[in-house]
Amino acid sequence: MDLKRTPLYDTHRALGAKMVEFGGWEMPVQYQGILDEHRAVRNAAGLFDIDHMGQVRVTGADALKFLNHLLTANFSDMEINSAKYAVMCYADGTCVDDTFVYRLKNEYMVVVNAGNRDKDNAWIKAQAAGFDIELKDVSDEFYMLAFQGPKAEAVLQKLGTFNVADLQYRHAREFSLGSERGIIARTGYTGEDGFELFVPNARGKEVWDAILEAGKDDGVLPIGLGARDSLRFEAKFALYGHEIDAHTTPIEAALGWACDLNKNFIGRDVLLKQKLEGTTKKLVGFEMLERGIARAGYEIASNGNVVGVVTSGMPAPTLEKNIGLGYVPPELAKVGAEFDVIIRGKPTKARVVKTPFYANRARGK
Amino acid sequence: MSSGKEISYPNDVKYAASHEWVKIDGDTAIVGISDYAQDALGDIVFVELPTVGMELKAGDAFGVVESVKAASDVYMPIGGAIAATNDALKDAPETVNSDAFGAGWLLKVFPYNAADLDKLMDAATYKSKIESGEIH
Repeated sequence: MDLKRTPLYDTHRALGAKMVEFGGWEMPVQYQGILDEHRAVRNAAGLFDIDHMGQVRVTGADALKFLNHLLTANFSDMEINSAKYAVMCYADGTCVDDTFVYRLKNEYMVVVNAGNRDKDNAWIKAQAAGFDIELKDVSDEFYMLAFQGPKAEAVLQKLGTFNVADLQYRHAREFSLGSERGIIARTGYTGEDGFELFVPNARGKEVWDAILEAGKDDGVLPIGLGARDSLRFEAKFALYGHEIDAHTTPIEAALGWACDLNKNFIGRDVLLKQKLEGTTKKLVGFEMLERGIARAGYEIASNGNVVGVVTSGMPAPTLEKNIGLGYVPPELAKVGAEFDVIIRGKPTKARVVKTPFYANRARGK
Repeated sequence: MSSGKEISYPNDVKYAASHEWVKIDGDTAIVGISDYAQDALGDIVFVELPTVGMELKAGDAFGVVESVKAASDVYMPIGGAIAATNDALKDAPETVNSDAFGAGWLLKVFPYNAADLDKLMDAATYKSKIESGEIH
């Protein structure tokens, strides 16, 4: 299969990026190094090409009703120009994908994961029967960038194009580039204050270059997928294919806060049952007590029996500890509980800790 | 994968297709990973090395080098007995990034199987196979 490239591919190469396959796309995994990039986002700001993510526009008289049926969150009280996280479930409660939904003036926009775009489009379309809505994949209309970190606001303000000083966390607003329209939102997936931009597609490189230039004396770096993963991991944001997939439910994945079980949506009955009766596995965060790094796919054992699996694991750059996320039975899901992670055949002690590992320094204003 | 940085291929070591190098120092063989390998792995955060005294054959996995993203096995480019391991890497694994052919060495092998050296590549061959994509 030919890998897709974003229009910034040559720009990434010129910046020294190493390119890797991700979700069918050839994307930068790192520029100068994952650790430097991770720290740049925590201490200054970093710019991400996330144009591989998909956007589906939902319009029509039943748009709100449809999204409340399709997704776990309740959108009924959502303000215009705001954003909300939600999971898309199958009827058995397992996850099709996780999404961010933006409510704009005359439309909703659902942002989905790159590797799930085709599957999600097909699923969403199949659920639309009987609703008075229009669906359109608008991924090619917008160039999606993320600009995250404590200095992101100040750097954007220098540009003049975006007025973000009074933009609230999880809120969005439109901006103009000449005659074209874009959207900027105070959202992100790094655990820092920051923004996601939907730039008119042909203007992606122009905005990318302008932000890097404006931030060059502030320590702003371009950030690859490697640090994107370590940043979201420290903040305990789920990643499809790791913490959530078609074998796990949002309740098991500790995403109950994103599910409004008082409304009806696809998968709700299963989630409600799990909420009331409990689940056989729960997602926990843990810290290694002995030398060794837990990695996705490693087994978790207790008293010599395999009882669970690691979903993400790495040395956390901000915490300088080896930590992980994984599924364990409920009796091991309490803070302080200990179990073994099997690292290359060797049981290695780990302990459940409070999450997120890294708490947001700033949630915006 | 490739990056903007210049990769070095010193001539005084021999290379395995799995990206380890061997340098003969008297009766001892010193083993490490190549500059290409450390660059491809990225920030190295953990190195697991074998017990001194173990005897391993060429091609045997002898340890693991872990970057932020992933764990990669490393293989004996030459058979022999593990005479020493680089303990300094326990506290400073990033030395493998900064000095792959020097202070970032992994093992000393003594005695070693000299016949295995013939199966390794010189710098020019290793470099050309990487640049042509034959090994990666």
